[in-house]
Amino acid sequence: MVAMVNIPETAAPGDIVEVKILISHPMETGFRTGADGNLVPRDIIHELRCLYAGEEVFRAEIFPAIAANPFLGFFLRATETAEVELLWTDEAGQEHSERRTLTVG
Amino acid sequence: MTHCPSRRTVVRLALAAPLALRLSPAAATPEAFRAALDDFTGGAPMTEGRVTLDVPLLVENGNAVPLKVSVESPMTAEDFVEEVAIFNELNPRPDVIRFHFTPRSGRAAAETRIRLNGTQNVHAVARMSDGSLWSAVTDVIVTAPACAES
Repeated sequence: MVAMVNIPETAAPGDIVEVKILISHPMETGFRTGADGNLVPRDIIHELRCLYAGEEVFRAEIFPAIAANPFLGFFLRATETAEVELLWTDEAGQEHSERRTLTVG
Repeated sequence: MTHCPSRRTVVRLALAAPLALRLSPAAATPEAFRAALDDFTGGAPMTEGRVTLDVPLLVENGNAVPLKVSVESPMTAEDFVEEVAIFNELNPRPDVIRFHFTPRSGRAAAETRIRLNGTQNVHAVARMSDGSLWSAVTDVIVTAPACAES
């Protein structure tokens, strides 16, 4: 699964930095009829979490009303040099992740 | 004493009826949305304000409508926004997304792109750490709805 993550590499202590992620995914709603006349099974990303220094700072519960190739933008307060980890769960319950290091100083 | 309405009264009522019908649907939102909202709020009262919901007034493509939400809050350990739920009224299901924030979020704001199956209202409801509920609503005109291509 391809994902693009945008997080500043450096920040001053106390800065609020923006985290952006774009995941390549069809976000099949489960409400759509396919060419064979049957409903196309649902296939969405259900949850996205953001950990900073191992602690959850943000979480989104995602429903079929989120557009294909889901994009999410949110913020976190930079306090220490640590890893920012983005984790998301797909329809099969499998977790995917991307990691970036945020240098604070 | 039986009262038989005059012809004039009947005509007046007939003229007034469509107007009454036109006024009422603004408050009569679909049941599924109402149920989802009640589920989130637990029936507690909401106050309009503190929440800014930014969605374009008119969109051509309902398959990817940009949505930004932000909530006024100091985002400290004592006073922060816990959760913001986004609802719609006319998609197959009322839930859109739920954002969970923490004091370490620094700012109670998030953005994404949503699907809208036609012109409708979009609602944002924020739950603060003190349990209070704040809301915002905006209407979006969608010229090409999502779900239409199937």
